[in-house]
Order: sequence, then structure tokens, then C-alpha cells
Amino acid sequence: MGTEEIIWNGVAAFLVLCIYTFLYKDTPLYKFAEHLVVGVSAGYFAVILYYNGFVPKLITPLKQGQWVYIIPAILGMMMWTRFSKKWSWLSRFSLAFYIGSGTGFAIPLYMQNYVLRQFSSSMLPMGFSSWALFCNILIIIGVLSALVYFFFSKEHTGIFGGTAKIGIWTLMIGFGAGFGLTVMGRISLLAERVVFLREYLLELKYYLYLLFKYGLPL
Amino acid sequence: MKKLCWKILLLPLFIYFIFFSYSLASETETSAEIISATQWFNPQRINVFIILIVFFAFVLYFIQKAKKGGSLFVRRIAGLDAIEDAVGRATEMGKPILYISGIEDMDNLQTVASMIILGNVAEMVAAYDVPLLVPVCLPFVVTVAEEAVKQGYAKAGRPEAYNRDNVRYLTSEQFAYAAGVNGIMLREKPAANFMFGSFYAESLLMAETGLSTGAIQVAGTANIHQLPFFVVACDFTLIGEELFAASAYLSREPKLLGSLKASDLAKFLIMVMLVLGVLLETFGITKFTSWFFVQ
Repeated sequence: MGTEEIIWNGVAAFLVLCIYTFLYKDTPLYKFAEHLVVGVSAGYFAVILYYNGFVPKLITPLKQGQWVYIIPAILGMMMWTRFSKKWSWLSRFSLAFYIGSGTGFAIPLYMQNYVLRQFSSSMLPMGFSSWALFCNILIIIGVLSALVYFFFSKEHTGIFGGTAKIGIWTLMIGFGAGFGLTVMGRISLLAERVVFLREYLLELKYYLYLLFKYGLPL
Repeated sequence: MKKLCWKILLLPLFIYFIFFSYSLASETETSAEIISATQWFNPQRINVFIILIVFFAFVLYFIQKAKKGGSLFVRRIAGLDAIEDAVGRATEMGKPILYISGIEDMDNLQTVASMIILGNVAEMVAAYDVPLLVPVCLPFVVTVAEEAVKQGYAKAGRPEAYNRDNVRYLTSEQFAYAAGVNGIMLREKPAANFMFGSFYAESLLMAETGLSTGAIQVAGTANIHQLPFFVVACDFTLIGEELFAASAYLSREPKLLGSLKASDLAKFLIMVMLVLGVLLETFGITKFTSWFFVQ
């Protein structure tokens, strides 16, 4: 590790420790790291947006003579009218266009990915002749009862309520499994940070040893 | 002499490559000329199209029914009662309310639902004169959130109580946003935290911090992988479609109520078809199932 890496990794290690102080309480070190990351990321996002959005999606097409891109440019500029009390109503056209088109694109995709794919995958043959077929029965009962839970037109009482209860139990079993899986993922993230700090300390120790013994920064 | 030796050595290689390339070319057949063109309709997705048409017919029918004043019953959702209780608690404690709308932009349906709920929460809050803090992750959502809060205050008859500075843009970076929200939770100590929208890995970071501050927390998302964290760390959780139902229930808008009713009818049909599909699959008839398969 060279001097430059030692310095920058040192900054990263310091910021990691600053964030970890949050486990104790809201310390000034946490506040410093928080404000730094919020400020830097906001500024970084503005630059990213300029180079990944504004330039390739507006400037370049306009230079190539694709004048249709004037329309989104005007819609974008209309958002700036929010600074004026008199003209701020104009920004609602841009908002309406964006929300409308976004929702219009999203609905068929939701129907396709979240309804039809799962629907066709749930139509499974069932029976008692094998373990797989028996599991299919459990899957179908789980799907049907979970669907009953999400009925809003009827109170959850009587048999309907009982089925909805099975549905919420099915969901909770699924959530439990999901929780365990994600916690394992988070533990691996923690382990990665601990390894980073440990390796940095070892490198720093070696670097300081070379520096004090030979007076030679790498 | 040296040049000649090189030529003799390279000649077999040259001949080999000529023949090799010829044999490769001879293995492939020349296809007819193909010209790609933009298509308006994908015939492989006809099933999606038909189902959407049927669903929208249901939606339009129920919207019309709601507009005509027909009774559209929607059962109470426990989490929604908690919103009112939380607003009342914040008023008693004299502390602010924090509303987090997730980290997705306005093209996400969950964010749209979240903005409708925000408008209703703002209406409730305006009546009690409690500050409503709305830290936002994306610039476009800021403008919509401002409109929603402003309209909520106006509906409550207190437009002058609206404070534009309370709807704040933090940053668009996921974990930086989570750090910023955590900071607000610790410093402003809100009495209630509402988290409705599309959340990802930051969900537990925020919900856990909110729990440690002792705030009442009500959350809702349709992101299945984040629901366990909300269930664990929040007092009430709106699971999946309950988030969309909440926006309809609170606003009582005919359009939203109509779509909620339509989705209930669609669910009933799905259940019927599911049972039918399972029975047909059990008897080895697969045509019915394959019609619903999306390529």
C-alpha cells in the first residue's frame, strides 16, 4: 500500500468508525460523517445527472438535429416555474406527464411480472402420490388463503376470517424466512467491513514500521 | 534464401486458414434478408392485453358506481386507525411527525400511493398544528410531496399553516438518505414515524432507529423483501396491497375506491381460475395454464 492509499483508506476507515459510533448514541462524529455523506452524495448525484441524463438525452440528440427532444426540455424547464408563485401551476403539466407516463408503463409490467407469472407458476398439479405433489397442495392453500387476506370488500369474520388468518400465517412464515436470509446478508456486510478495518490496521502498522525504520515512505 | 524459407513455412498455414475459413462458411446457410422494424404490438403478450382490458373494464364499472354514490364497502385496516392515534399522540407531546415516502421516483406506483396517503396525513396534521417533516430522496418527489402537503393543509382549511421548509430534499443516494433520516429521527425526536412507499435495504436502518427513539411507527410497502423488517420494528405494518387500499380508504376518492373494488373482483376471478388450473393440471391438461404463461 502506497502513501496515497494509506491516506485515503485511512479516511474511509475513520468514516466507518464515525458511523459505528451511532451504536453508542448520536455522537458529533456520526453527525460529521452523516453530513459529509449526505452533502457529497447530493453533489455527486447532480453531476451524474448532468453527464448521464442531460448531455446524452438532450444536448447530444439536439446537436444531431432530433428536435423532438425539445418537448421534454420544455417540460423540464416548466418545473423551474415552481420558484414563481404566479407561474408555479405550469409545473403541474410536467408532473402530470411524468406520473401518467410512469404509471402507464408500470401497470402492464406489474400485471405481467407480479400477477401473470406468479399465477401461471401457481397452477401446479397436486396429489398424495409423491412429496412434491403434496407440497403443491400446501402452496395452493397458501396462495388462496393469502389472497383471501387481501380482500377488502368483506370483513374478516367467520370462515372467511379463519382463511384470512391462515393467509397471514403463511405470509409471516415467508417473512421469517426472508428476514433470516437478509440478516445473513447483513452479517456478511459487517464481516466485510471488519476485514477492511483489520487489513487497514495491519497495512498501516507495516507502513509505519518501514517509515520509522528506514525513513522511506512507499 | 531466408525469405524463401519463411515463405515455405508460412504457405501451409496460409492454405490451412483458407480452407478452414471456407469450411466454416460452407457450414452455414445464408438466410433470407431480414429487416427489423418497430412494432406497436407484441402478439406473444396477447394474454396480458386481454387481462388488462378485462381489469380496466372492472375499474371503470366500479368508478362509475362510486361516482353515482353506490355503496362500496371497504373493511377497516388496523394500521390506518394507528395513523390517527399517532397524530393525536404527537399533538399531546408537542413533537413533530415524520413522513418518509421511500426511495423510488414518481413512476413507481407505491410512491404514487404514498403521496395520496401523505395528502391525507397532512390534512389530519393541519387540524392539530403539529409540524409534519417530509425528508425526500428524489428531486421530482419533492415537488409532488410539496403539492400533496399543501393541498392537505388547504383541505383542512389552514393553508397558512403550511411550511414549505418541512418538505426537504436530502440526497438521492440510498444510504446517505438513510443516514440523513436517522439524523432527523435522533435530533428532532418525532412522536410518530410514517414510512409508506418503496423501500429497499435502508428500511431496517430507519425503522430500527425510529424504534430506539420510542416513536409510534406505521409502515407500508409492497416490496416483499423489506416487509419482514417493518413487521419486526414497527407498531403497524401495511402489507403489500394494503398500502394501495390505504390510499383509497383514507381519501374515499371514487377513482381509487373503484380500482380497489375492481382489484377485489379480479382477485376473486384469479382464485377461481387458479382452482380450475390446478384441477386441469392434476388431470394432465396443460393448455389452460400455458395460456397465462408470459414469455
